[in-house]
Amino acid sequence: MSRDVEQGAPASLVRFRATGFNPKSNPVAAWASFVVVIALWQLGSSTGFISELAMPSPVAVAKALWQLIVSGDLWLHLGASLQRLVGGWIMGTVAGLVVGFLVGMFTWARSPGVALVSALFPIPKIALLPLFIIWFGIGEPSKFATIAFGVFFPTVINTFGGVDNVQRNLIRMGQSFDLPMTSVVRKIILPGALPTILSGFRISSSIAIILLIAAEMIGAQYGIGALILAAGNLYQTDQLIAGVVVLSLMGLCVSWLLGRLDRWLLGWR
Amino acid sequence: MRLHIKNVSHSYDQVEALRDIDFGIEPGEVVALIGPSGCGKSTLLSIIGGLLKPTGGEVLMCDQAKPEGCLNPLTYVFQDFALLPWRTVAGNISLVLEDHALSKSERDDRIAEVLAQTNLSDFADAYPKQLSGGMKQRVGIARALAVRPAVLLMDEPLSALDAQTRILLLDEFSDMFARTGMTAVYVTHNLNEAVRLAHKVVALRRRPGTIKEIHDIDVPIKDRVEGMPELIAHEQALWALIRDEAIAADKELEHVA
Ligand SMILES: Nc1ncnc2c1ncn2[C@@H]1O[C@H](COP(=O)(O)OP(=O)(O)O)[C@@H](O)[C@H]1O
Ligand SMILES: [Mg+2]
Repeated sequence: MSRDVEQGAPASLVRFRATGFNPKSNPVAAWASFVVVIALWQLGSSTGFISELAMPSPVAVAKALWQLIVSGDLWLHLGASLQRLVGGWIMGTVAGLVVGFLVGMFTWARSPGVALVSALFPIPKIALLPLFIIWFGIGEPSKFATIAFGVFFPTVINTFGGVDNVQRNLIRMGQSFDLPMTSVVRKIILPGALPTILSGFRISSSIAIILLIAAEMIGAQYGIGALILAAGNLYQTDQLIAGVVVLSLMGLCVSWLLGRLDRWLLGWR
Repeated sequence: MRLHIKNVSHSYDQVEALRDIDFGIEPGEVVALIGPSGCGKSTLLSIIGGLLKPTGGEVLMCDQAKPEGCLNPLTYVFQDFALLPWRTVAGNISLVLEDHALSKSERDDRIAEVLAQTNLSDFADAYPKQLSGGMKQRVGIARALAVRPAVLLMDEPLSALDAQTRILLLDEFSDMFARTGMTAVYVTHNLNEAVRLAHKVVALRRRPGTIKEIHDIDVPIKDRVEGMPELIAHEQALWALIRDEAIAADKELEHVA
């Protein structure tokens, strides 16, 4: 290019081309979307466009929810559900972490562990509930077992994946300073695998909620699943949707708690 | 401590990486291992520090002389720093002290001491991700010094750094070796680093890795300065020594996955 640009040549602007592909979050829009959807729903119900029997109005759902709260039934159902959820999830998670670490660290556990987990993981765990009922009876243990079993497999897979992903050079560094085995596991492998393990918790907790509801629908007196099923049998759709709303709130709470756990344990990221 | 690398050979599955390597490392001596990439420098260093079992030969510690308070005689400094991202600078150093019978105050004293030596005192509570590459490597050095090693094993400690940082750290290493009289094995493919830091340069040949020549540099480390004619002469001699190897390495296809 010649440096002495012609004086008279028209200048044209360099067009900015890197637009788009950069979505930003907007909390106001997030809340507004809820308001809009609920308002449209209420409008549809009030005008009779949505049949009250098929889909109760938001106001009816709120009333049903309020009924459940003041009668105390909600706490009964929610208490029963939470107990099963937390108990089953903890049992499955602890067992899954232990097996996952063994599979991740020891040759003797590796191939048998991976083979068994791959074979059993695809079974829809709810299919085993009848078996667990035969083994443990119709009461609580069979529900705990179903949830624990469902949580166990994804936890194993995530844990040993996380252990595998710990950078080898960090482990070698630990060994080069003669750290004892227990310190290598506790101070290097465990924290290194933690991000993967925690993201596994999100998967396992949503599996646990699905299995919880399914198990409660098959045989339980109390529980959100039982509440929803009973309401459906009586065509009480307002109570049914109220139960679903409670479930959705439960899911949100779990995800919020896991988010807090993430921030607490993975603050270094 | 005197180390004797005695007839060490090593083969990975198909690749013969090292054959009959035999030399000694005297107390207070800095030995540079040079050679083109793939000639087995890292393999040899791993063998020297006991992180890899050679398929032949052995490494002997000929005496048990160690610095006072030595917790880990053969201590590595890694090319990629190998810092735990979830621990602070002080925490990373503390890691290698925690499993020893040191009181909390002894441990804190050691950490403060090595942080001061590496000019990191202001960064004790920073996390590795907040640090530049040069700072990270200083943490690697501080961590190694904290265990008062008898022999420092450094695998291309400057290779992951940018050119300016490399110059700065090279000067710091040179000061450290001159001041402490530390025994060290320093792997590099950079001849300038070798002639600045080493008393003895072991040039390796490749496939299989054997010793081509051991080249002594008898200028005291504290007297060496960048661009000194004597050092340039040594650098040129070393380049003449490994030039053919480097050309061959450059042209070779990588067979190993
Ligand atoms: N884990 C391994 N498995 C198989 N071959 C390896 C392994 N590590 C290194 N090698 C081979 O051994 C030779 C020496 O490698 P290395 O010691 O890393 O060389 P350098 O550090 O001098 O570049 C190279 O040819 C390399 O491909
Ligand atoms: Mg190397």
